[in-house]
Amino acid sequence: MAYIELRNVSKSFGVGKDRTQVLSNINLEIEEGEFVAIVGFTGSGKTTLINLISGLLMPDEGEVLFKGEPVTGPSHERGVIFQNYSLLPWLNVRNNVGMAVKEAFKKMTRSGRKKRVEEYVEMVNLSPAINKLPKELSGGMRQRVSVTRALSMSPDVILMDEPLSALDALTRGNLQQEILKIWNKDKKTALLITNDVDEGILMADRIIPLKPGPKATLGPEYKINLERPRDKTALNHNEEYKKLRNSIIEYLIQIGEQRASKKENIYTLPDIKPVIKPTPFGRLNFG
Amino acid sequence: MKDRSIHILNFVGLSFFEPAIRLASGEEVKKNLIALFKKVFLPILSVGLFLILWHSGATYLYNIEKDARIEKALNDRGEAAALEMKTCIESGDISCQPNTLPSPSQVWEAYKSLLADHRVITQKKVAFAEKVAVTNAQREAQGLVPIKYTGRPSFVDQILTSLKTVFAGFLLAFLIAVPIGVMLGLSTTLRSSVNWLIQIFKPVSPVVWLLLVFMIVKTLTRNSDSDSSFIISFISVGLCSMWATLVNTSMGVSSVDKDYINVAKVLQLNVGQKVFKIILPSSFPLIFTGLRITLSVAWMVLIAIELLAQSPGLGSFVWEEFQNGANDSNSKIIVAMFVIGIIGFLLDRIMLTIQKFVTFTEETA
Repeated sequence: MAYIELRNVSKSFGVGKDRTQVLSNINLEIEEGEFVAIVGFTGSGKTTLINLISGLLMPDEGEVLFKGEPVTGPSHERGVIFQNYSLLPWLNVRNNVGMAVKEAFKKMTRSGRKKRVEEYVEMVNLSPAINKLPKELSGGMRQRVSVTRALSMSPDVILMDEPLSALDALTRGNLQQEILKIWNKDKKTALLITNDVDEGILMADRIIPLKPGPKATLGPEYKINLERPRDKTALNHNEEYKKLRNSIIEYLIQIGEQRASKKENIYTLPDIKPVIKPTPFGRLNFG
Repeated sequence: MKDRSIHILNFVGLSFFEPAIRLASGEEVKKNLIALFKKVFLPILSVGLFLILWHSGATYLYNIEKDARIEKALNDRGEAAALEMKTCIESGDISCQPNTLPSPSQVWEAYKSLLADHRVITQKKVAFAEKVAVTNAQREAQGLVPIKYTGRPSFVDQILTSLKTVFAGFLLAFLIAVPIGVMLGLSTTLRSSVNWLIQIFKPVSPVVWLLLVFMIVKTLTRNSDSDSSFIISFISVGLCSMWATLVNTSMGVSSVDKDYINVAKVLQLNVGQKVFKIILPSSFPLIFTGLRITLSVAWMVLIAIELLAQSPGLGSFVWEEFQNGANDSNSKIIVAMFVIGIIGFLLDRIMLTIQKFVTFTEETA
């Protein structure tokens, strides 16, 4: 039995005429300790998918199973790293993380919680900024806090919703390595949603493309058998990496074109010509 | 030290001191001189202009009134009386001064006389306390109420009474509006069911609130001898001013960022934690904007309410002076006007500073 299982899941938004089916007939199985990446275009329903797994949304049809039990709501066991960090702006780093630790470890002593917070903040190299407010941090640092907050609750699954998409390329590379390093320590089950194929290949064991919505479904999966730890620069010369990357991108381009051609409308122009009334003196020419 | 004091001054909204401090330390002289000119000299200039306008306006009105008096004396009692009236006015004798808009200098004199009056009354109070000290000690030993000074309150006493009333009213508004606002913000059902009440009561005039409170308090305090005018006025102030806080709180609570709600869900916070740790902090900016409006409205309606409720304070001071019609009454009213304005400004600044302390600023990135 799979650790996380989605069976024929569909989700729609809106009512009546405006009702659009975002996800349709999604089937997904994730094994324990596996790192799965889902790549897709923006607006293809990736966030909806992760919200269904985290329990923030409920499916209209089908079911989401976690450890064989249906998901009924959010839980500490599934930590979420949000796309826009979602840090509470009135709390500093320590309290943002501390709030999560307090909820996840209700029985822990105050000093124990404090130690845990500091330990996790240290893990993402943010100790010097532990007393700062989110507005005083850069985008990369904020996302690190968000990562720390999710991990400090020691969830069984980490759900990442385009965690790095708002960051610049350099910070992104650093954070990818950092997340991998942390994941490597205890090999938690992880689901990464991304729009970057390279990021998916670098980090995941399996990549599944999400066909663009509405009525998005999952495409064929690609296994990544590259050895870990993977080095980004070395990968660039790896033949298998190149092949994998090309086939995924080709697939994405292909389904992207399908979507584009579907939307194309052909307009028939009316067959009319301008009428020019003849003047009494025939055509007047000036100059 | 310098940067710190500048920071504090800017924080409390007194940023016009900044160039002066920077100039004193010899920093960027030219730039700071221009800033000093803009922030300090131009406002002073505008105040001067205002005083000139006021003075010339007052003189103009004074002349109209003066001519009318002389004219009247001429018509009623003949030329000799008119001449007498003219010399009387020009000599500055109090008995025949025209009664109109006072000039700035008259107002300044009235201000000084009010202060002097305050000093006299304070001395009287001290003297009274000394006189009755022995008797009061005896009365207290017998379990009787000590004799209090019941003389006329000074202008400063009136100000303090008004401040007391406005704070009591503000506190009442705070205690009513914030909890109710939070409840309304949390429940759409509740909000839509009482919305009509809020919409109807919000624009009701302070005078009507006062009468309403009067009707209720009068009946409730039927059997007690104590003066209910303070109770009536502070409750009316609270009821008039609480609407801004109520509406802002419910709006702030109902429009909390969805991301924060998602965080609360993922962390599995219970309802109390969700309200106190997520919803309230994130709506603090709006609640405080509401409270600021409430305080300024409270101060504004206070004067009108005191005036009508006959409760001691600046409002009744203004009204009594108007009824009094003494030679310097008009000047005293203008003094009260400035005092009211300045205190209102200071109250707003205090609220602004507190607001900056307790609320976060929205992320800019």
